[in-house]
Amino acid sequence: MEILKGTFRLKVGLAEMLKGGVIMDVTTPEQAKIAEEAGAVAVMALERVPADIRKEGGVARMADPEIILKIMEAVTIPVMAKVRIGHFVEAQILEELGVDFIDESEVLTPADEENHIDKHGFSIPFVCGARNLGEALRRITEGAATIRTKGEAGTGNVVEAVRHMRLIQKEIRELQTKRPEELYAEAKRLGAPYEIVKWVAENGRLPVPNFAAGGIATPADAALMMQLGAEAVFVGSGIFKSSDPERMAKAIVDAVAYYDDPAILAKVSRGLGEAMRGVDVSKLDEKELLQVRGL
Amino acid sequence: MKISVLSLQGDFAEHAEYFRKAGAEVELVKSADKIRNSEALVIPGGESTTYNRLMKQFGIIDALRELKEKGVPVFGTCNGLILLARSAKGEDPDYSLGFLDITVSRNAYGRQRESFEADISLLIDGKNVFRGIFIRAPKIQEVGPSVEVLAKLGDEPVLVRQGPFLGATFHPELTDDTRIAEYFIRLAENKGKI
Repeated sequence: MEILKGTFRLKVGLAEMLKGGVIMDVTTPEQAKIAEEAGAVAVMALERVPADIRKEGGVARMADPEIILKIMEAVTIPVMAKVRIGHFVEAQILEELGVDFIDESEVLTPADEENHIDKHGFSIPFVCGARNLGEALRRITEGAATIRTKGEAGTGNVVEAVRHMRLIQKEIRELQTKRPEELYAEAKRLGAPYEIVKWVAENGRLPVPNFAAGGIATPADAALMMQLGAEAVFVGSGIFKSSDPERMAKAIVDAVAYYDDPAILAKVSRGLGEAMRGVDVSKLDEKELLQVRGL
Repeated sequence: MKISVLSLQGDFAEHAEYFRKAGAEVELVKSADKIRNSEALVIPGGESTTYNRLMKQFGIIDALRELKEKGVPVFGTCNGLILLARSAKGEDPDYSLGFLDITVSRNAYGRQRESFEADISLLIDGKNVFRGIFIRAPKIQEVGPSVEVLAKLGDEPVLVRQGPFLGATFHPELTDDTRIAEYFIRLAENKGKI
């Protein structure tokens, strides 16, 4: 009996199982437990949540394997972890540890300003951030099994995630209006291979799941992203930087499951305490933006 | 025949597409009332801990128990199979509702890097090969006397039926091979008898 592991179908398959769910950033096994009990479909193990990375500065790297392993022991749901853009050795380490999913993330300090990781060579799936269709298709070409919006992580401000999700959807709709011979020029404009551009034009969607991330801080934010077409939601600083993480986590899980039911959204949004403080993205200096990393 | 697909979380869209391809009318359901009124229900893959909490919160467990009492055909894959089992190792004992007289072990093959594809023997309409997609899959450990084994990976049961209830440890909905959807539609049309 021939057994195949690490196929693209298995990588995308795991992402399909996460749809309609919430992936929560955690920095300790205790937080991972809280996330699992609240109904997270997966946790993202990292050393500092994006809001702290933003505040403290310095080089942000892959989390200590010790912390990641402790988080893997603490929960039964899939565990993801972040690597720096282009840092394929951090990815090799995470694969060796047995994490279930790798986020090649602009939230960490990039290790390579030219190249992303060749993700085809790994047996576990990768998720990558994108602001527009070109970025999304380039990451998929490199082997990403899931795309997420970049948003602007650590701000608690959903405006950039909304912009990125709307833009990706709009660019897909525009591709669908093109005549076949125009797709070659579109491929050139998008900086992505013709075959994948043609597939998107024919199918009207990305060939891998499309999730939302970056600045999601409330149940309403999460439901907004779902109504805009996201298939699952990452919440970074939004949970453990709120005044009552346990309640916030549960409420966001409920809001993603019932994103199209305002009665339930109204109910779960009540009395959650304070959401994370957040920052106005338009007041940020260009140099402070994380979303411009890794195009 | 209308097939309702539970859409709380997981790969419900893939199930909906799988059953549409097999010729069924499909409806996504996630409220207790709609679940209660299903003629046939599919419980997709997803995270069982997430399902468990949402089901408790939104009164869905009682709706599923009613379907079991009424003998409404139900098909569960992966997470769905854990829910249909009598008990599951590694899961909250309240989660498994005993539609099928089997015990299962959750994430039994290991983490994602141990997820795999392999040919399985499908024992519906003679003996045939089917591509099994196993993602952080559960294993069926004990099979009661009234449970029929409909597919095997080597010697392990991976698709089982007991009356109107069908469960798989793998993901037929991630393939283009609609034979298992067609089988469940037939089961549903015949009110659980085949």
